[in-house]
Amino acid sequence: MTAVDVPAPTPVGARALELHPQVALRPEPFGALAYHYGTRRLVFLKHLDVVRVVRSLGDHPTLTAALDAAGIAADRHPAFERAIASLIESEMLRDRTR
Amino acid sequence: MTALVEQLKGGLDAPICLTWELTYACNLECVHCLSSSGRRDPRELTTDEAKAVLDELHAIQVFYINIGGGEPMIRRDFFELVDYAIGRGIGVKFSTNGAFIDAEKAARLTAMDYLDIQISLDGTDATTNDAVRGAGSYDTARRAMDHLAAAGFVERNGPFKISVVVTRHNVDQLDEFKALADSYGAQLRVTRLRPSGRGADTWHDLHPTNDQQRQIYRWLLAHGEQVLTGDSFFHLNALGEPLPGLNLCGAGRVVCLIDPIGDVYACPFVIHDQFKAGSVRDHGGFTKVWRESTLFRELREPQSAGACASCGSYDACQGGCMAAKFFTGLPLDGPDPECVGGDGELALAGVTAGSAPRPSLDHSKPPRPAPVHFIRK
Repeated sequence: MTAVDVPAPTPVGARALELHPQVALRPEPFGALAYHYGTRRLVFLKHLDVVRVVRSLGDHPTLTAALDAAGIAADRHPAFERAIASLIESEMLRDRTR
Repeated sequence: MTALVEQLKGGLDAPICLTWELTYACNLECVHCLSSSGRRDPRELTTDEAKAVLDELHAIQVFYINIGGGEPMIRRDFFELVDYAIGRGIGVKFSTNGAFIDAEKAARLTAMDYLDIQISLDGTDATTNDAVRGAGSYDTARRAMDHLAAAGFVERNGPFKISVVVTRHNVDQLDEFKALADSYGAQLRVTRLRPSGRGADTWHDLHPTNDQQRQIYRWLLAHGEQVLTGDSFFHLNALGEPLPGLNLCGAGRVVCLIDPIGDVYACPFVIHDQFKAGSVRDHGGFTKVWRESTLFRELREPQSAGACASCGSYDACQGGCMAAKFFTGLPLDGPDPECVGGDGELALAGVTAGSAPRPSLDHSKPPRPAPVHFIRK
């Protein structure tokens, strides 16, 4: 067996992300509902700031840049990174290839 | 209670999940039919009216709808409407007894994107199932599942659903239902029997006993993550650890029903004038009914716990199901008739026979006339 070098995963803040093309966002007073037509999963985005960041991801080179542009203070970044990571996990968000 | 559940109770700009019974016509006459279906209603929405409703649901971003009936595939424009919905970005899940799913239809359904199918089955053998759903209905449902399997539905679209209403007579078959679903690569969905529609007349004989309620609860705790429930067993949460799901009554808050003639009700289990919010045919259409009807606004107000206020389990069970109370003649601000604390049974004992409200509509087929014998004199 040959040893394969597994590259260290890129920290979520440094990744270029976008909303999955099969996902629709619906604004709600508490934030938004996200529905994935492929997996048929429904996810609640429970904070208006998270919704703002999610919508803007495609316009920024990295998540951190999107957080900065949205005026999210650095001490709140870890909480947002966790929320974004769980949205990647549920395939609501994905890495941008172009 | 989470902040999110509080938000949901206050209502959303559009329903998360909307049930649309396309027709009251049905080839079967299940004894627990929620909508007392059988005969088509001549006032049924036309194809154009139905498409206009779909346009509206698209505009307010309803992500998916649950189509039912009656038997929805009886409508001649069934495929036209499903195609139209999907074309508008509205996912469709439909409930059927399977009678109209032959090899050709199975292939056609398999080829559609964003379509999910739910086949009703209330027993893992013909005797148990047919006692509730009518002679031959077990074989019909199994044949439909076989056609879907042969067409490769699961491989292309993911698991179809086998949908079971849990009764006193099939509660011991939950493991077998699960095994049957697994054998097709399908997913099991189990829901609660409601005393709605023709179920008003059969509920007392069919609903699970208090011991069986505990049995269902334990089974769902063990299998809940793999089994769908439509969030319908939250009254059992009074027994302890909550079951998966949002655990709230979504009537008029996150769900509603559009019936075949366009009337909008708070949920599929309350086809009664008291829970009718309006009609999609009214000026302003569905959107206005959802956002402005007096009934829905009232349902989104904080509800009184009434007689349940002093019970330590109220936060867990929320007093149970509004429809179950209503059609058994119990007050809406008191215990559910299947309250696991036993309070429902006590309350039921105090209901005067015949005093419970009757469902407002009945599309049951007329009883067949007795055969005429010609006797030669």
